[in-house]
Amino acid sequence: MFQVRIHGRGGQGVVTAAEMLSVAGFLEGKHTQAFPSFGSERMGAPVMAFCRIDSREIRLREPVMAPDALIIQDTTLLHQVSVFEGLSDSGYVLINSSRSPAVLGLDEFFARHPQIQVLTVPASHLALESVGRPLPNAALLGGFAALTGMIAFESVAAAIDEKFQGRVAAGNIAAARAAYESVVDVKRGAA
Amino acid sequence: MLKQVEGSRAVAEAVALCRPEVICAYPITPQTHIVENLGEMVKAEHLTGCEFINVESEFAALSVAIGASATGARAYTATASQGLLFMAEAVYNASGLGLPIVMTIGNRAIGAPINIWNDQQDSMSMRDAGWIQLFAETNQEAVDLHIQAVRLAEELSVPVMVCVDGFILTHAYERVDMPTQEQVDAFVPSYEPRQILDPAEPVTIGAMVGPEAFTEVRYLAHYRQMQALWLIPELAEEFEQQFGRASGGLVHPYRSEDAETLVVALGSVNGTIKDVVDQLRDDGVAIGSVSVTSFRPFPAKALRAAIVHAKRIVVIEKSLAVGIGGIVSTDVRMALAGAGRPVHTVVAGLGGRAITQASLREVFVKAHRDLLEYLTFLDLRHDVVHREIERLESQRRSGPVAENILRELGSVADRIG
Repeated sequence: MFQVRIHGRGGQGVVTAAEMLSVAGFLEGKHTQAFPSFGSERMGAPVMAFCRIDSREIRLREPVMAPDALIIQDTTLLHQVSVFEGLSDSGYVLINSSRSPAVLGLDEFFARHPQIQVLTVPASHLALESVGRPLPNAALLGGFAALTGMIAFESVAAAIDEKFQGRVAAGNIAAARAAYESVVDVKRGAA
Repeated sequence: MLKQVEGSRAVAEAVALCRPEVICAYPITPQTHIVENLGEMVKAEHLTGCEFINVESEFAALSVAIGASATGARAYTATASQGLLFMAEAVYNASGLGLPIVMTIGNRAIGAPINIWNDQQDSMSMRDAGWIQLFAETNQEAVDLHIQAVRLAEELSVPVMVCVDGFILTHAYERVDMPTQEQVDAFVPSYEPRQILDPAEPVTIGAMVGPEAFTEVRYLAHYRQMQALWLIPELAEEFEQQFGRASGGLVHPYRSEDAETLVVALGSVNGTIKDVVDQLRDDGVAIGSVSVTSFRPFPAKALRAAIVHAKRIVVIEKSLAVGIGGIVSTDVRMALAGAGRPVHTVVAGLGGRAITQASLREVFVKAHRDLLEYLTFLDLRHDVVHREIERLESQRRSGPVAENILRELGSVADRIG
């Protein structure tokens, strides 16, 4: 089973991101489960959502305590919430930022966990360009597909298309594609 | 057709497939998405022949459903938590009058302190109200139970609550096999009321009944629920034949045949329990579980047959009878009367506290070694409780308990579990 935890703030589409990821996995014939962990339901409050992906039925209902991947939609949470809690030593971290993990002050953490693959992608900027609103959730799923290889980009695009309509869907798919391609480029550069 | 949808959406689609004629809606978290979805279906004319009524309160929601049902309409509503309490008088009226309304409960804690998250205290508060109560383990079962509930309610002329864990199921996206309209039409015939308010043939529904007949009327309510004990498994069997999957019934045993320790629970926590059972089985522990689908009527005989061979029973309960402990475990003890098996109560998941595999594993192992107490509060923060008790004992004006504890815990937004 592959477990994903998404951290963000109320209003950033954290719950929708987990739902779309579950739909993308479903479209590939996998068993998936997405659910939110609502704090106080208000804009700006820290929010988490979870997604599990497996080849068989998922019965587990606990929050994702030991994620294989983290998506962090808002860098202001990095030093406020224990976002890295339980993260697998060989896991993935995708952060919504135009700055590098080093600039974000995360060097020390990742030096201690050299097997963790961490990347940043400017998802809010990409969304602002193609959707007109800085909502990073769909773009980050494109980046997630490239970073982890858990899911094909086409499935992410189809899930976005199922959740949104018309121009908003097209814009979010474009943002996701840009994020996907930028992560593929970074990975190619590193290899 | 296989779909990846939110639990609330799946329930709404299942309700729509049952061709309700009146839906009364009043929003309350975590049930709101269900009636919102149904409202959209009626407005978009995906669901026809149905009147969607926005009412001013939960009391009105069920009262309107009662009126609709009494005129022969198939009536549906949904609620949760304080909403169920607010309609309490109507809850008793619906069952007392024998009106086959189906109501979804998106299970949620009851305040004070106010809490929007999941436990099962709301349904439990109405367990003796004369409604059949069915608990769903997954969103697939939530869909299937609604279809069976309409048939069950109308055959017996008894209202049915389908209890679905709030957030954990209502807000979870998972795969659901949605039946077709033809399949549901074949399973749920059109409603033939036993009693109907019809100007052409006037009757009184809701006559005053004195001591001369009240016991008899109440006995017959009990009798009808006892009939449900054979009708529920019968419908589950027919459902399996027509839809090709097992859903519903009275109890679901899991790896229970040779188990020395058996865990009993209601609703979605059974999924996590099964995963822990598998892990402990791999370690050689003879453990299994039984999910109770029908809580009212309580399937004492079926449950006893499923658990009596075990050396000990652990009941995981998402509710608390303050002053005694377990609610479900009291009934489990009654089912086991004379068998001499210890029944341990574990109160868990109150107000949305996560029920983790690690914590369950710990109590199951303890029970298996006969070290578990009769009443345990899973993951209770003893230090926090002790400090508050000290405060209570050291000063008269100790202040509001809930606020004291919140102040002590500080910000909770930085925690994961």
